[in-house]
Amino acid sequence: MNIRRSALQALFTLIVALPAWMPAAFAGEAAALPDDSVYHLDMHLVDQEGRPFHLADRRGRPQLVSMFYSPCPYVCPLIIDTLRMTQRALPASDSSKLDIVMVSLDPERDTPARLKQVFGERKLDPATWTLARTEAPNVRKLAAILGIQYRVLKDGGINHSTSLLLLDANGRIVAQSGKTGELDADLVAAIERTLAAD
Amino acid sequence: MMFRISLLLLTVGVANAADYVNLPGGRFASVLPADATGADVDVAPFAMRSEPVTNAEFLAFVQSHPQWQRGRVASVFAEPRYLMHWQSAQKLGSDVLPDQPVTQVSWFAAQAFCESEGARLPLWNEWEFAAAADATRADARNDPLWREQILAWYAQPAGKTLATVGGPANFYGMRDLHGLVWEWVDDFNALLVASDSRDQNDPDRLKFCGAGALNLRDRDNYAVLMRVAMLSSLKAADTTNSTGFRCARAATPSSQGQLP
Repeated sequence: MNIRRSALQALFTLIVALPAWMPAAFAGEAAALPDDSVYHLDMHLVDQEGRPFHLADRRGRPQLVSMFYSPCPYVCPLIIDTLRMTQRALPASDSSKLDIVMVSLDPERDTPARLKQVFGERKLDPATWTLARTEAPNVRKLAAILGIQYRVLKDGGINHSTSLLLLDANGRIVAQSGKTGELDADLVAAIERTLAAD
Repeated sequence: MMFRISLLLLTVGVANAADYVNLPGGRFASVLPADATGADVDVAPFAMRSEPVTNAEFLAFVQSHPQWQRGRVASVFAEPRYLMHWQSAQKLGSDVLPDQPVTQVSWFAAQAFCESEGARLPLWNEWEFAAAADATRADARNDPLWREQILAWYAQPAGKTLATVGGPANFYGMRDLHGLVWEWVDDFNALLVASDSRDQNDPDRLKFCGAGALNLRDRDNYAVLMRVAMLSSLKAADTTNSTGFRCARAATPSSQGQLP
């Protein structure tokens, strides 16, 4: 009787405790973040649908990251082209495993509505693509951690470097490409290596 | 750093190091023009610490913010040399003076310190605006003698012991902008982004997006241009033994500092 009650209690405890216990264990994220992960940055963003997310939420899947501003007339459309070109160069089984994130350098003009408009105009795939904005003080920090240089000009234009950064599933920068308007074979190879390692 | 700076100046009338001084801002001829047409920049009124942040102040910060202690901070925010001249994570040691400007701090650490007192790093144009003054003039940059004096400081050999903060005040009441340490600015990684990105025939040149090329102005102002070059060469987690910082924030009527 006592034994049975204990067993029942144990079972009960297990069932009740399970939901609380599972996420932490599952998350594997219980594992410490590597020292050189950009996910140490405590940063909230909003995507093109107005959905808030935390930068570190991206942990778990490799990310191809760039920064841009949508009013940019010249190179920024090319950044999207280049990211798309890179994604299409991957084997079909791999291209769905890579997320593509573009964060705006111009949070004032790139509202979620504006980002959604660009998202639609460029026919981006919501399964893998995210256009995001964050608050102004965060923009410089994100650029700094990614090694992206930018300078806001008096006329509202922004001069910026056009690096594409490959983050592994733990947010470490594992490859960087400065090529725009053409496919960077080294970057594609790095993506395939990173996906294979996960 | 090759250009370790030493201070030859008297330590007179040292203000409380955490004093913020109001600066008026205004239209300003930066060495970096505001756009491709070479326009002046408009600097909004702001307040800035009159002196660089000291070792003692930074020690107090890491004691109350342990995540910024040497050995605990993530390497993505500060390289291994971060604060390595201190005896330990929470002790300056006998070779490090409390009143020396703190150095070997990364941009992220400097930014975090400033945020902890409700401030931020100054923008480059704010720093440049404050540093254009000499003791009696708001903008002494065209004075060849003044330029030479600053360059002479920069030419001091590296390896000399860093002086303590509290040099003579300039026109605005700011101290140690020249002659002591290099200083982080908020937009340190924005200064030399200047290339015409529209040359689509040469993909390697498509590095930058936005307006056309920006050219440096005032090429004779080597002292300031050296700062631009030095800051541009750094990454945000880098530290050097001659780079410190001071903080800035919006000008407030309650700020201690008064304009002369």
